Amino acid sequence: MSSFRKSMVEIEQERKLKLMEQKKIPIRRGKVTVIKDRCKGCGYCIDNCPSGVLVASDDTNEKGYHYPVVVEEPPFKVCIACGFCTLICPEFAIYSVPIELENENGGRD
Amino acid sequence: MVGEIKPGTYFWSGNDAIAEGAIFAGCRFFAGYPITPSNEISERLSWRLPQVGGIFVQMEDEIASIATIIGASWGGLKAMTATSGPGFSLMQENIGLAVMMEVPIVIANIQRAGPSTGLPTMIGMGDVQQARWGTHGPHEIIALAPSTVQEAFDLTIKAFNLAEKFRTPVILLADEGLSHMYERVNVPDPRDVIIINRKMAKDPRNYLPYRADSDLIPPMAPVGEGFRIQSTGLTHDERGYPAINAEAQNKLIKRLIDKIQKRKHEIIDYELYRGDDAEIIVISYGSAARSAKSAVDMAREENIKAGFLKLRTIWPFPDELIYSLAKKVKAFIVAEINEGQITREVERASKGQAEVFWVGNYGGRWIYPEEILDKILEVR
Amino acid sequence: MSLLAGHPTEKYVRTDRLPHIWCPGCGMGIIFNAFASAIDQLGIDPRKIVVVSGIGCAGRASGYWAYDGFHTTHGRPIPFAMGLKLARPDLHVVVISGDGDLLAIGGNHFIHAARRNVDILVILVNNFNYGMTGGQVGPTTPEGTRTTTTPYGNYLEPPFNAVWLAAASGAVYVARWTVYHVRNLIESIKTAMQMRGFRVIEVVSTCPTDFGRRNRMPDPLDNLRYLKEHAVYKKNPDPKEAEIVWGKKFVIGEFVKIEAKETFGDRIRRIIEIAQSRIRGKS
Repeated sequence: MSSFRKSMVEIEQERKLKLMEQKKIPIRRGKVTVIKDRCKGCGYCIDNCPSGVLVASDDTNEKGYHYPVVVEEPPFKVCIACGFCTLICPEFAIYSVPIELENENGGRD
Repeated sequence: MVGEIKPGTYFWSGNDAIAEGAIFAGCRFFAGYPITPSNEISERLSWRLPQVGGIFVQMEDEIASIATIIGASWGGLKAMTATSGPGFSLMQENIGLAVMMEVPIVIANIQRAGPSTGLPTMIGMGDVQQARWGTHGPHEIIALAPSTVQEAFDLTIKAFNLAEKFRTPVILLADEGLSHMYERVNVPDPRDVIIINRKMAKDPRNYLPYRADSDLIPPMAPVGEGFRIQSTGLTHDERGYPAINAEAQNKLIKRLIDKIQKRKHEIIDYELYRGDDAEIIVISYGSAARSAKSAVDMAREENIKAGFLKLRTIWPFPDELIYSLAKKVKAFIVAEINEGQITREVERASKGQAEVFWVGNYGGRWIYPEEILDKILEVR
Repeated sequence: MSLLAGHPTEKYVRTDRLPHIWCPGCGMGIIFNAFASAIDQLGIDPRKIVVVSGIGCAGRASGYWAYDGFHTTHGRPIPFAMGLKLARPDLHVVVISGDGDLLAIGGNHFIHAARRNVDILVILVNNFNYGMTGGQVGPTTPEGTRTTTTPYGNYLEPPFNAVWLAAASGAVYVARWTVYHVRNLIESIKTAMQMRGFRVIEVVSTCPTDFGRRNRMPDPLDNLRYLKEHAVYKKNPDPKEAEIVWGKKFVIGEFVKIEAKETFGDRIRRIIEIAQSRIRGKS
């Protein structure tokens, strides 16, 4: 017999999505560019990204350093263009730019 | 113009003449530190430079003084410092910086007896080799030595002109005897005197700070006008970037040496007095030259064929001149108040063609003309 | 200049010289980036900004500045900068150099320039040792830490405190940040660039290769985390609170901020005015 009640997990996810929609502020999204041959593998960007979307690549650059790559898991684990990687990198090797967000109704906030 | 001196005859000390010669040459920045016997230069310039819109600063030490004048010269001002032996020793590192950066500056060293604290108020001429080699590394330098107060005025102007022309530090080797003596000085009309200014770059596009023209001298750029100047004391390439390799070192140092050596004839300045038939030539410079000239006149009165060579340029040393004279004379006598710093240069340059003798003392007093005459009689 | 890759502040860097000479994890690149960001945000014409540096790792900064940069002798960027600023008061003259260069061999020039209120900004990079030469003890090395010339631990050399020195000597702006606190550093540089007089920003920096490695922090991340965990921001702290003791928390912030004090250049110009008016008065 099907129940009209939802599972706790479903309720939780619906609640979260509704909160995101209700927030008239669009969640800012960012795009990260890595200039891999400038990287010296210090790890500052990876360690300090608030969204945790940077990981050290398996690949190495021409000097042998593991440069960072972006691994996102939308809708929550994404680059939010906080700009910290741009500032904390000593090598001018990484920067993020905000991507303008369109809301559900097709307009722009 | 405000504060500029009127042409005419003045009664000045050597230090007065150096200070006024500097202003006449266009010097508008002085940074120095008190040291006997140069203080009158600082004191006069502290009064006179502001009158002509120039900047006088007394720095916390000699090293600050020379570093500051290099910065001021980059800023476009003709800049100078004045000191004596102990301060000159402190300045050596940054003289090398000025050589490497190719910055025009004038350093007046009013020599006193040394080494170390020595005789602060008494004559010495013992910094001559230091002027040549005091800063480390292979390099060329220009040093001038006045022997009259008029020459103190004239050679200060020449020092600035050479510094600007060759983009190099120039040392004015005066001494306590000259700096404190008073003589008449004729100040000419500025329109009758050639003042040389540094060659400046015009176009920031494709400008390389250390790419030399055919005269081996790169044009200097104004700071803050988009020329993207890079200047370092490290061995560098034409971009001014550090170039840490032997090839860059040899290329750069060769040009720095050649830019002066290959145009020595434009720098070397001397006076040969009664030299045409001379069998013995007394060579001297600075205050000792005054005694030497008298001695030669005294010798001539005793029918000795003596001549006198006054060096107004010490560095670069006039090798070819000495050699050509060495082939004609029996002997040189070098009169100097040091242990023979130019005597050894004369020996070297003579290449065995003449005997070379020294007469003088190690500092503290003048050389008497009689002492030089005695040497002439001994050598004859 | 070639090799532009879209980085927002790379136009202030000589990108033809990247990757730069500084070690992985060295704070110098962060400081340079912060300086460039501050200028970019203020919109100052970078051609009018001259960077003067001394000898040491921090001293290499002038070589990466895309406009006019001067790399002077050890300890002497401050008098050089003073000469340049007096000759060209229209320019912004910024000294970027290290703790050894500015406080040991250059210490005398530091305090005299502060005394005079020479109108320059000094960015003092403090990595607690002489990094370029391999990690010797320096004038700011904290007690108890290890360097190559204090192999038994630095129980020999009590350190200077740059904030105290600068404040006591008369600097009009004295601030301290770390390379972790980049946003504060940028705002501080912006504040300082809009002031006049002798301004000092001490930036506590990382040195994983020398100081870090000899003090149990070989990994760059350990060095940065140390700064993050030990620096405590305070609003307008008193210079008395500026002591740095290794292993303990230390204060960052703006310690001194004095507006409108006559600069050395102002005084020079006043003297010229006095001298020339006396002559005009006589004629």
